[in-house]
Amino acid sequence: MTEYTFPIVFGVVFGTISRIIMLRTDYRQYPTYLHGKIIHLSLGFIAASLGALAVPAIMEKEFTAVTLLTVAATQFRDVRNMERNTLTEVDSYELVSRGKTYIEGIAVSFESRNYLVMFTGFLGTLSFIIWNVFAAIIVAVICLIVGSKLMSGSKIEDIVDIEQSKISFDGAGLYVDNIYIMNIGLEERKEEILKYGMGFILTPKNINIVTTIGNLGQRQAILHDVSVSLGVFRDSGTPALTPLIKRDLDDGRLGVFILPQIRDVAKAKSVIGSVPVLESAVRMPSESKSLNKGDKV
Amino acid sequence: MMLEKSILAVITTDRQKVSGGAPIFFCESKKELEYVASNIEAITDGIAHALSEDLFIIVKH
Repeated sequence: MTEYTFPIVFGVVFGTISRIIMLRTDYRQYPTYLHGKIIHLSLGFIAASLGALAVPAIMEKEFTAVTLLTVAATQFRDVRNMERNTLTEVDSYELVSRGKTYIEGIAVSFESRNYLVMFTGFLGTLSFIIWNVFAAIIVAVICLIVGSKLMSGSKIEDIVDIEQSKISFDGAGLYVDNIYIMNIGLEERKEEILKYGMGFILTPKNINIVTTIGNLGQRQAILHDVSVSLGVFRDSGTPALTPLIKRDLDDGRLGVFILPQIRDVAKAKSVIGSVPVLESAVRMPSESKSLNKGDKV
Repeated sequence: MMLEKSILAVITTDRQKVSGGAPIFFCESKKELEYVASNIEAITDGIAHALSEDLFIIVKH
């Protein structure tokens, strides 16, 4: 037992707790039950330990020990690769695929969560050593709150208006409102689509959002989440029954065509609304300096 | 072999309208056309698209 034992244990415990809080299995079903969770809890434990150990190292003037953190960074970049590879492999067997942008988003969040855990461990141990255990608890709780705030990004419902719309055929062309979706040749398929399909129109709230929701990865993420939550009326070998999202070129509205098994408009709206806005899809043309310069003249 | 975006078959009731590379299936009636198209669609994992009343293509997406 040394003077640092309790601070380190404290940092590790709170770091791991913060990982547990951030590790939620939801409709995305990822990480998968038990095995996936164990992997991430172990990595969270390692991250917390690294963060906690860095403090005593600095206190003892062992500054080179901080290089250990670079090992941590490499380690967590590997976590990101691992997530990306696993999800990409599995994606080809999904009825409605997640898409690369969504996978990248998930992989990035796994990496960043480990860093948050590391900071929690670091600050917890630091405040324990500098002040006392009560101050450390307060700091750790603040870290947990900040961590969960950082973790939750915005949702689709924050950036668009969602309206239900009717689907119709003009000859072989399938339309949601006035947005062309695809060409369906067979009468039998048309009947199935009219019977089981649902249409929604997403109207962007401003110019930035037009580009963000135009992103193909973001659109695929919407389709995937809707299919996971509401089920999907399709099987392998029926590519005509594919949920699709197309864009109105005039005003950037999206026409969402889905084939849910639970055909409840309110539920479908809330599912579409709670799809996360993917970090790599976000665009901010309004922040462009050259664009704004033109306005001032 | 994975094919992307290619026409796997052409199905028609009008012999005058088609010729060329993809396999072509001639049918006697609209009913037969629908039947053949839905079968080929299921077999090839393609989608039957209608170019006109009497001309369907099966496309692999």
